[in-house]
Amino acid sequence: MSNHNGNPMLPESFSVKRIKNETDDTFTVELQPSKKVLDLSFEAGQFNMLYIFGVGEIPISISGDPCSTDSLVHTTRVVGTVTKAMRKLHVGDLIGVRGPFGNPWPVEEAKGKDVVLIAGGIGLAPIRPVINYIISNRNKFENVVVLYGTRTPKDILYAKEIKFWEKKHRIQTFVTVDRAIGEWEGNVGVVTKLVARTPFDPKNAIAMACGPEVMMRFTVRELQKRGIANSSIYVSTERNMKCGIGHCGHCQFGAEFVCKDGPVFRYDKIAHLFDVWEV
Amino acid sequence: METKSKKQRILPAGEFNVFLRVLQDAGYETIGPTVQDRTIVYDTIVSSSDLPAGWTDEQAAGSYEIRKTGKSLLFDFNVGPHAWKKYLHRADLLLWRAKTNGSGFSIQEEDDSPSKKAFIGVRACEVAAIQKQDKIFLKSQFTDSAYQKRRANTLIVAVNCTKAGGNCFCASMNTGPSVLSGFDFALTEILDDKRHFFVVEHGSKLAEELLNKMPKLEEASAKECALVREKMNEVSENMGKEVDTKDIKQLFYDHYDDHIWDEIATRCMNCANCTMVCPTCFCTTMEDVTNLTGTEAERWRRWDSCFTMDFSYIHGGSVRPSDSTRYRHWITHKFAAWHDQFEESGCVGCGRCITWCPVGIDVTKEIKNLRKSKATV
Repeated sequence: MSNHNGNPMLPESFSVKRIKNETDDTFTVELQPSKKVLDLSFEAGQFNMLYIFGVGEIPISISGDPCSTDSLVHTTRVVGTVTKAMRKLHVGDLIGVRGPFGNPWPVEEAKGKDVVLIAGGIGLAPIRPVINYIISNRNKFENVVVLYGTRTPKDILYAKEIKFWEKKHRIQTFVTVDRAIGEWEGNVGVVTKLVARTPFDPKNAIAMACGPEVMMRFTVRELQKRGIANSSIYVSTERNMKCGIGHCGHCQFGAEFVCKDGPVFRYDKIAHLFDVWEV
Repeated sequence: METKSKKQRILPAGEFNVFLRVLQDAGYETIGPTVQDRTIVYDTIVSSSDLPAGWTDEQAAGSYEIRKTGKSLLFDFNVGPHAWKKYLHRADLLLWRAKTNGSGFSIQEEDDSPSKKAFIGVRACEVAAIQKQDKIFLKSQFTDSAYQKRRANTLIVAVNCTKAGGNCFCASMNTGPSVLSGFDFALTEILDDKRHFFVVEHGSKLAEELLNKMPKLEEASAKECALVREKMNEVSENMGKEVDTKDIKQLFYDHYDDHIWDEIATRCMNCANCTMVCPTCFCTTMEDVTNLTGTEAERWRRWDSCFTMDFSYIHGGSVRPSDSTRYRHWITHKFAAWHDQFEESGCVGCGRCITWCPVGIDVTKEIKNLRKSKATV
């Protein structure tokens, strides 16, 4: 986006093009530049700093399609002051955007390989651009599997879209819930348990995981049990971020600045930090 | 032999004002050490009479005092609680203002045109600290424009320390006591039975031009240059503290889970003083402020400290809720992670964190304790 050319601390003005609730506590907001023509390209896994006037600014991963960037798409959960205010926005309302920031998922490297995408809860939002990218370049990837765990069937993100991943794009998708309610006949239990019976070739696969840290820890263990190398596992981490450009110090994770060295890390690079308390 | 190109000159102490005036005439606001509230802090100085002539400081863990020496030396002390980062990496900086016009809002970048400043009396450890912050704000992936503008408008008049403070360990950290690079001028103050003068070295083209505007200064004799070297060797050997830096990065990484952090946490008050006085600590937070009617908002960038719970807050809580892990984070960043991030130590050995710690936690002692403790990782 063009604000990298100017001052990365100065938000660009965007307006809400569309806003829709995904589940009870998640929503997707689609943004378009207010005035200028901006280059909205981004890489899957990157995030923006979104600013609501008079409320504050937070980092939110981009969940749109990196191959079609005429607008910015963000899906988020309502958890804090800024996301609460954001959900109340209407079409046409303005929002400040800085970004995109961060190290992306290894989509290029995944070409010619099996791809295992594992998401927990809202962690599916930063993974979706990878899925969109694969859909646009489906023949370049081998077997693609999405493992997605969420609390209840009511909390399934992008529910309609998920059906097409499998039907139209040969992306095998396994959804599991913590608690089955209603007419749910699918998997029940933690998403990490699905790894054991997922079809992929550990010698020629790349895994990408995003979710709560504890879920990622167990995911990594399950992937290792399948024989996939640490250097073929990627995780997306979350830390407090104020600047997005490695200057404010908040996001430090060992010697890594999550905002610019991450949020996506190759697991072997941070394995020494992953099981340590309060890094 | 010293290089011929950098000839050193003699500035009689009585003519220090002439030197200041040349800088002022060149458009620089002169800033230097001043005595305020019984501490030596940096502030605007107009003439040499604003400098702490005849004052020295005494520092120990958790203790700082100044006293009169009866001598006329202008720089007979070490570093106080202020660091030059207060001018280069401002504690509070307005980044932008936003106004709403009902439906939308517009953001206006704050007009930031800092004045030219000459820092008078920058110590070797402080020059090193400025160079470390340069690496973060000017030489990493992104540039901090506010820092860049201030840095470009700064003239550095370094002064070699002719005494070592009780908490100094610059010799261990390889940053002092002699200023070797990164200065416009480097001065060494000498007072003997007969004379009080500065040996002046210039380190930039700009400094050379400014020197030419001074009344002709005599060249320093070989004897005077030798006197400076002798003085500096003496200071080097009288450091108040020392740190064994051998494999120090691995030392910290090997002791990440050490019980030592819990013990330190029983003393550490999480007051954040060490991070505020540290000349290399660079962390900031963003604070959005709105007016009462909600029509105008401002974004301020302010110094922040990793000793607060808020610092690492994400949804669900703080990443480092324990006192012990917050202390571990700070000191491990300074002495170990900094090497991974910037290929050098984050510590310059100025000793401020030891002096201004209300309970006198001494990093040099804690590092010694760490060396004695068995590795845990």
